[in-house]
Formats: sequence, structure tokens, C-alpha cells
Amino acid sequence: MENFRMKTWQSYVLNTVLIVLLWTVMTVMISGGVITNYWRGILITIGINIILATSLNLACGYLGQLPLGHAGFMAVGAYAAGIFMKAVPAASLIKAGRNAALVPYIFAAVVISAVVAGIFGLLVGIPALRLKGDYLAIITLGFGEIIRIVLTNIDSVLGFKFTYGSAGLARIPKYTGFNTAFIVVVLCVAIIHTFMKSRHGRAVLSIRENEIAAESVGVNITFYKTTAFVLSAMLAGVAGCLYAGYLGSLYPSTFKFMKSIEILVMVVLGGMGSMLGSIISAVVLTALPELLRAFSDYRMVAYSLALVLMMIFRPEGLMGRYDFSMKKIVEDLVNGKIHINIPKFKIPFCRKNRNVQGGK
Amino acid sequence: MNFSTLIVQLVNGLQTGSVYALVALGYSMVYGIILLLNFAHGDIIMVGAYMVYYGIASFAFPPVVAVILAVIVSTALGVIIEKVAYTPLRNAPRLSLLITAIGVSFLLENGAQMIFGADQKSMSPMVSGNVRIGSVSISMAAIVTILVSVAAMVLLTLFVNKTKMGKAMRAVSEDMGAAQLMGISLNRTISITFAVGSALAGLGSALYLCAYPQASPTMGSMLGIKAFVAAVLGGIGSIPGAVLGGFAIGILEALVSAVHLSMWKDAVVFLVLIVVLLFKPTGFLGRKIQEKV
Repeated sequence: MENFRMKTWQSYVLNTVLIVLLWTVMTVMISGGVITNYWRGILITIGINIILATSLNLACGYLGQLPLGHAGFMAVGAYAAGIFMKAVPAASLIKAGRNAALVPYIFAAVVISAVVAGIFGLLVGIPALRLKGDYLAIITLGFGEIIRIVLTNIDSVLGFKFTYGSAGLARIPKYTGFNTAFIVVVLCVAIIHTFMKSRHGRAVLSIRENEIAAESVGVNITFYKTTAFVLSAMLAGVAGCLYAGYLGSLYPSTFKFMKSIEILVMVVLGGMGSMLGSIISAVVLTALPELLRAFSDYRMVAYSLALVLMMIFRPEGLMGRYDFSMKKIVEDLVNGKIHINIPKFKIPFCRKNRNVQGGK
Repeated sequence: MNFSTLIVQLVNGLQTGSVYALVALGYSMVYGIILLLNFAHGDIIMVGAYMVYYGIASFAFPPVVAVILAVIVSTALGVIIEKVAYTPLRNAPRLSLLITAIGVSFLLENGAQMIFGADQKSMSPMVSGNVRIGSVSISMAAIVTILVSVAAMVLLTLFVNKTKMGKAMRAVSEDMGAAQLMGISLNRTISITFAVGSALAGLGSALYLCAYPQASPTMGSMLGIKAFVAAVLGGIGSIPGAVLGGFAIGILEALVSAVHLSMWKDAVVFLVLIVVLLFKPTGFLGRKIQEKV
């Protein structure tokens, strides 16, 4: 008997149905009052963090670089969207409750923040990606800090109110509702997923595995590194756009180096190179502190401790490089060979490190 | 800007520069030996600064005793971090080591926030008074800082170049495997490198308090990053390079402040770092690392 295999369109339908189902369940729970307003806000924050973590995972887990300036791109996207939404009559639309009329503005804000963050990603990426490893980490950290310092001080140079400096960009119309956040998150995750499943994604993975080997089989390293980096920056910008519309005010001090590290913690704990891992850890690390309000003082201590312990005892992260596929599960079910699928744990970046081991 | 302000700013630059140089030496030595960016180095300074603060403010120790306390605690902390967090990962990929270092750094920062409180602890300056040379008035603190750090750098250079341990350190940084085959104890050499680097950080924390007499849990992160920039600028892994980079960053900052752009100080430092990395990735005096296929 031939094994059952799902056609591509069938798996798309399956995934779409599941996503719509998830959305319906959540909407019913919100309107039924099971999910309170407070938790709806947390759900939006979770969504923002999912975008941040999966987009950093693209640059960190799939491309194999260590950028430490992700918060900078988020800041750029957030400010771009915030300034745009303050300029258009979005506030009055929200006040009038005309949500349908708001949709094009939100769409424009998402696109604008993605484009602006992408431009910054390109400006940072082209010089930064010429360097490797530690140097790349430090140069992106430098760029992230420069972005923050510019956002703080640009008003004194321009001579008019643009970002409102450290006083913060306030009174942004609060356009990020649950539905907006849900749709944007699904889109972002789908973009990363399809990108990684395409031949471009395989080229990106080959760069992670071995740059020199990838180059020697004809992968354009500079192009793919820059593409993946820019895509990662764009999606961070989109996360910033949701963030601006959720909080309604932006302060440059939010986007410190600390924020970049928080995102990195999510990626590393989930498993570098696993989309599922990034999503799970974004959900857990956002929801857990809310559940454990009493221990909120210890949150960052616990984060950093978890990071160190994880690196010592399980450097590949929670999920390793395992990725979840509904299609595969259904196929296995039909073929009757479902068994506990122990993900193959491979230590990321496990090439033997010549530099540490011995000669230069 | 007249001449005497320029001199004063230059001396200020040398003062902060020498603190950066001391801290950068620690970064550079550790990087030279195990190729790790020790992000926790900046936070060791923070712990050292708290030791000086509590030594003077709570126990009323004389400043010298407080400084010695800070140096001892920093040294111990550096070695403990190395043993607990970095030794298990010695053969792990470099990225894991780097992430561990970031984790340790944040652990120290947040731990300090829990233990010492999030507020800044201000203290009276350890060294006060001014010295007048002609029309220029230079603070005593600046002179002490520059003298102490130059002395420390000379001692370090002698230690690395003249002693047996220094030779072992150079050998390990040259080729870890070969050094081990020659009978050099890897663990001991690496621990001593961390000890020396952290002791310099402890000293640096005391000198930093001479310039800015307040301790806070996050003081180490920016100072550490700046010192790291200094180390990279001078060529990471090179001792004279770290000193050169430290003074360069210090003077650069002072000059930027002198033209009333102090808000842009950090941005300028990072910009210079980026430009240097792009055109000379190994820094001023760095060794060239060739990649073998």
C-alpha cells in the first residue's frame, strides 16, 4: 500500500482552517468574558513578542549570526508607525468607532514601519554583515544604541518636535486591537515559514551550516545574508508598529540593549533555529511573569539564570531545531506510524571550533 | 574654546580614558586567551564599585583598604564566574559561550539590583582638591587616576612579558593545544588571566568612583561596553592596543563634550567603533586572524 501523502494545497487548507479555528475560539472566549480585558492585553503583548522572537530567530537561528540590535529596529518601526498614525485622522476614527475605515490606515502603518525598519536593516546590515561572530554582535549592538540615542536627541538637531526625545511620543491612537494583532502575527509567522521553506530559505540555512562550503556551491552569501537580515529587521519593525498602537506612547529608553537581550533570551531558550521554540518561549516568557506577579522582582534574575543554565546544560535550547508540521502529523496518523517523535537534537553551531581548539 | 579649557578637557579625557584602558585590558586579556567577549566584565566593575562604597560609607574603612577590598572581591568574582559559567563550555561553540557571558552579565546586574537596591548610591569623593599649574586647574582625582592606572599598566606589561606565568599566558593565547602539550596547565593559566583582568576591573571601579562618586546596578553595562569598544579599537588581544584604545575613547568623549554635544557622546563612540571595524577589523594594533578552510 502506498503511503498517504498530503498535497501542498491540502496542507495549506488544513493550516488555514486550524488558524481560523484558533481565532474563533479566542474571539468567542473574549466576547464570552472568559478572557478578560486584562488578559486580552497580555495576548497582544504575546503576539508582539512572537513576532520579535521569530524574526530574531531568522537572523540568529537560521542565518547563524548574533545580532544584538533587534530593539533598535523595533524602535524604528514603532516610531515610524506612531508618527504616521498621529499624522492621519486615526484618532477621530477610533473615537467614532468606525473600525472598518481604520483598516487601510493600519495596513499603511504596518507597511510603513516594515519599510522604514527594512531600510535601516539594510543600512546596518550591509556594513555589519561583512563582519562575523563577536564583531557582528558588537557592531549591531552599536547600531542599536545609536538608533536609540538618535531617537532621544534628534529634536535638538531638527529644531522641531519629531520624536519628542526622552519625554516620549505620546497620544498615539491605540489602533492595535486583538484582531489586528492576531492577523499581523499570523502573517509574519507565515512569511518567515514560507521564506524558510523556499529555496532562498535553504540557501540561508546553508550559510549557517558552512559559509565557505555554501559559497563554493554558488550561494550568493552577501545577498542571502542581507536579505535574511533585512527581513528580520522589517518584521521587528512590524512588531514595533503593533507595540506603538497597543501602548499609545513610546519612550526611547524602552528600546535599550536590555530589550534586545530579552528577545534573544526567548530565541535561545526556545531553541535557535526552531520556529515552534521561539513561539512557545515568547508565549511562556510573556505569560509567566503575569501569572507570577508576586515574583516580578525576580523576573530578570530568573531570565538571566535560565540563560546561563540553558547554555551549560542544554545549549541547543528547549526545542533544538525541531519544527512542528501539521502536515507531517496528519500523514503519520493516516499511515499509522505515529510514534513519539523525539526531535533530533543537534547542537547549533556545532562545527568544531578551530579557533578555540587550537591553531589559528 | 580657549587653551586652558582644552587642557582641562584633555586631562578629563585622560582620566576617563585611563579607567577605560584598565577595564579594556581585562577584556583584551580574556579575549586573547579564550576568544570570549566577557560581557560580565563591566558588571564586575559594578560589584567592585559597591564594595568601595560599602567599605567607605558603611564600615568607614580608609579609602585604600576599601579599594583593596574591591580588588579582592572583583578578583574572586572573576575567577568564580570563569569556573562556574565558562569552564564547562570550554569546548562548546563560541556563540554559546558569548550568550552565557551575556547571561552572567545580566544575572550580576539584576542580582545587584535585588541586593543593593535599584537606586544610585552617592558617596563623598575619595580624592578631593585641585592642583594649579599656571592658569590651568587640574583636579587631584585626575592626577591620582592617571598615575595609578599607568602604574598598573606598567606592572601588567612586566607581568606578561617577564614572569613565567606571563609566558604561559602568551603561549596559551598563541596556541592552546600546543601550550597544553608543552605542559602548561590550561585551567590555571585561564583562571589567572581572569583573576588579573578582574583585579584590574576592581581597581578601575575605584578610579571610576574618583571621577563619578556614585554606584548603581547598571553603571557597569555602559562602562563595560565603552571599555570593550576601546579594546576593539586598539586591537583586541593586544595589551598596548587596549591602553591606546582606552585613552583614544576617553579623549574623544571629552572633546565631544567640550563642543557641547555630550548627549551624542555615546553615539559618536559607537560610530567611531563601526568605522574602525569596517576599515580595519583588527583594530589599531590587532593581530590578523586568518581563516583556514
